Amino acid sequence: MDAVIFFASAALVLVGALGVVVGRNPVHSALFLLVTLVSVAVLYLQQHAALVAAIQIVVYASAIVVLFLFVITLLGVDKFEPLDDAHPLQRVAAIVLGVLAFVGIIVLVHGNRWVTGAHSTRGALGATDSGNVKTLATSLFTDFVWAFEITAVLLVIAVVGSVVLARRSGHRPEVGLPEAGSPERERTST
Amino acid sequence: MSALSYPDHITATYYLVLAAALFTIGAVGLLIRKNTLVMFMCIELMLNAANLTFVSFANALNDISGQVIVFFTLVVAAAEVAVGLAIIIAIFRRRQSVNADDVDLLKG
Amino acid sequence: MSARNLLDLAWLIPAFPAFGAVVLLLVGNRIGEPKAGWLATAMISLSFVSSVVAFFALRSLSPHVRANVSQGFTWIQAGSFKVDFRFLVDPLSSTMTLFVTGVGSLIHLYAIGYMHGDQRFPRFFAYLNLFAASMLVLVLGSSFLLTFMGWEGVGLCSYLLISFWFERNSAAVAGKKAFITNRVGDFGFMLAMFLIFEKLGTLDYSALGTTAHVPAAISALPQSTVTAIALLLFVGAVGKSAQLPLHIWLPDAMEGPTPVSALIHAATMVTAGVFLCVRAHVFFDLSTHAGTVVAWIGAITALYAATVALVQNDIKRVLAYSTISQLGYMFLAVGVGAYSAAIFHMITHAFFKALLFLGAGSVIHGMGDEQDMRRMGGIRKYMPITAATFIFGWLAIAGMVPFAGFWSKDEILAKAWFNHDYALWAIGAVAALLTAFYMTRQVWLVFYGPERFRDDAAFLSGADVAHAEDAAVLAEPVGPEPVGAARHDDAGHGGDAHAGHEPHESPWTMYVPLAVLAFLSLVGGAIDLPFVNSKLNVLDRWLDLPEGALAPHFYSAFVLSLIALALGVVGIAYGISVYRNGLRADGADPGVERLGGFAGVLANAYYIDIVWSRFVSGPLSAFARFLSDGVDRAGIDGAVNGIATAAREGGGGLRRLQTGLVRNYALGIALGTVLLLLYVATRVTF
Repeated sequence: MDAVIFFASAALVLVGALGVVVGRNPVHSALFLLVTLVSVAVLYLQQHAALVAAIQIVVYASAIVVLFLFVITLLGVDKFEPLDDAHPLQRVAAIVLGVLAFVGIIVLVHGNRWVTGAHSTRGALGATDSGNVKTLATSLFTDFVWAFEITAVLLVIAVVGSVVLARRSGHRPEVGLPEAGSPERERTST
Repeated sequence: MSALSYPDHITATYYLVLAAALFTIGAVGLLIRKNTLVMFMCIELMLNAANLTFVSFANALNDISGQVIVFFTLVVAAAEVAVGLAIIIAIFRRRQSVNADDVDLLKG
Repeated sequence: MSARNLLDLAWLIPAFPAFGAVVLLLVGNRIGEPKAGWLATAMISLSFVSSVVAFFALRSLSPHVRANVSQGFTWIQAGSFKVDFRFLVDPLSSTMTLFVTGVGSLIHLYAIGYMHGDQRFPRFFAYLNLFAASMLVLVLGSSFLLTFMGWEGVGLCSYLLISFWFERNSAAVAGKKAFITNRVGDFGFMLAMFLIFEKLGTLDYSALGTTAHVPAAISALPQSTVTAIALLLFVGAVGKSAQLPLHIWLPDAMEGPTPVSALIHAATMVTAGVFLCVRAHVFFDLSTHAGTVVAWIGAITALYAATVALVQNDIKRVLAYSTISQLGYMFLAVGVGAYSAAIFHMITHAFFKALLFLGAGSVIHGMGDEQDMRRMGGIRKYMPITAATFIFGWLAIAGMVPFAGFWSKDEILAKAWFNHDYALWAIGAVAALLTAFYMTRQVWLVFYGPERFRDDAAFLSGADVAHAEDAAVLAEPVGPEPVGAARHDDAGHGGDAHAGHEPHESPWTMYVPLAVLAFLSLVGGAIDLPFVNSKLNVLDRWLDLPEGALAPHFYSAFVLSLIALALGVVGIAYGISVYRNGLRADGADPGVERLGGFAGVLANAYYIDIVWSRFVSGPLSAFARFLSDGVDRAGIDGAVNGIATAAREGGGGLRRLQTGLVRNYALGIALGTVLLLLYVATRVTF
């Protein structure tokens, strides 16, 4: 049974990944990304990482993908784009490097007998069917509480930063979006 | 189905190979695509591959640290996406394009 | 003060003119004419006085120890190579200093009058003094290297003085020619020095021993080495003393002012080659064949130059070839082992040749810078003192009793005969005959006969054989000495000889030296009369050099002398008969006519200059051009420029890596990462 779940999810992951890379319409790419992310969440579940899986679905699969889609439609680039390339060398080199990287990683991990079997340092996983929520939470709020708080700060910074970056600056007219105080706005409001 | 025998136990090996493949696809995609939004998505693929690896090791080594790392990685990835998309929007405002090939002022 | 102490002050002899040169070079322009000339003359006269003192001091020493090396300092010390800067006073060097400084003083005095009005008057005397200092270092040096230093110094001064009127291109070219030709000979000298140092371990003259005692180190040398050293030294002498085939510079050196020709190219510098061979005579003595080579080259040069002098029209060029011829006699003497005879002839030649040159200068001065003998004639009425002294010189060089030239030339011929070199004697005898003839020609064309300088110059162009060949420039007079030097502004004559310029006698500063030299030409033979039993061969006994073959009995020597005298008389008589009336009415030279077509060959000096320029300087220039254009410009500059181009092209190529596309940069990062990954993977696993 494990095997079936694994191979099915694995297939979906790879299909989704290929779809992201190959999709000519960015919206298609975003949807394939969604497929991948959900499949990865399933794999997490299979490895007794329930909380992580949940967070994956909530943050990645929904928030981030939705954000991508928002931006795509906001910018109006949801069109098909040609996949030809002025630099064919780039494509060839990229594939070659990709294959080499894959081989390298396999060799690396295989040569070290995949896993070393070292002892747990931070706390053993809990019972296999509990989903490790309690263990993870305990570890997070005791051993890693400092990092935890910092990430909160990080999120605030990120929000502020993105607002600043994406803010319209000055009185330059932008494409597609009516400006506050522009004649169209005035007309529609009155 | 008789020729193929299902492995009765999915060891960490399988997950690691899958993660490696996912990472490779993401890397290749990043190098090939010109649309910055799609390039960004490929980055997300690579992040997920790394996360998968961590969780596999956490499972295999019976250590919760792996999952903690994944937790933090998810948070940071979220923040990074927000900021990155803001940058893309800012660039789009200037150049009316999300094609990475159009931003080549550093051409020597 | 003891004699040795006095001799230790020998450094004063070159120091006086060196001091004069320095002063004149630094502040000469402020001292100005004529004080600069008097200062220079005073310096060299002081040098002469010092030489006389040194002579007497040396004479007071007993003959066995008659050599003193003054104190000095160690000049070079490099491993086993040690050269001291010291001066050697021995009979040979003291004799040389005496006549160099003596004749030099007279010439300095003469030059005060001759160079009157020249713009660079002080510079001229600075160079003259510098030359004197170099020549004295050459003669007094205690080692081959010091002699070489003086050798190079006189070569430099010769260049400076020949091209003194460098505004004239021919003068500048002549100066270069002299210097370069000398350098060719100097190469031989240097090789000889290397060989001497290698075999003997030192360049000092003390290693050469004395006439009585040859050092073991030298007598142990193999024949090949000794001959090589002797011949290499002779190569240096050939360059400096203008023997065949490196004589080509001396006739062109007549571009320089006449005092220069007298001092450098008659009395002193050209004798340096003879001096060197005499100083190093031990090598010539030990070698069986080197002497033969030297004697034959000397004899052939003597004959060659005498024939060429027959058809020269420039008053100084005749004397130049005459100098080459007389130097040939000196080398003939060296070759047959009669070193003191060579020195004797050197001294008497200094007297009468300097006299002849100075007399020629006086004629040129008096004729308003005219040098072509075809435009002179009958001027003894106007320049009696010059004429009289010139005649003394003429009789001396022609070998008439009792003038000095008779005794010295006769001794050389006798030594050759008694050494059983009858062929050499014959060549020398013929050359003596020709010498008498061409000198008579010169005297008659200049001082006797009709006054051609009053005639129009046009008649000269037609019948002149010397213009027949393209390279007739060789026989042309060197041209009037330049107007730009603003010379000759005394007594208000600005015209030239063509317009019937009236010749006049020269000032006392010029004819007093002439008179002194004339006197010396008359009595100079007394220093070495061949009457051995009466001990009249003063110079021979003083010099303590090998004397060559001795006459078996007095009778044979006497007969030979009579024959030599007869040859001289015949030459003079024939000369007078041919040139009694000067040139023919149409300007043709009677002697040249008798030679017919051969005169053209003689006028071009047997085309040796052309041979040199076509076969040596032509290929060398081509080679130099190849090196400059091919190797230097294309090769080396090309390499340097090529590096720059390569850098630029390389940069241009590498620039294309900067595409500005983020994707490409990411590819670069990926490439690096993959390489690192593969490296770690393989290292860790295997």
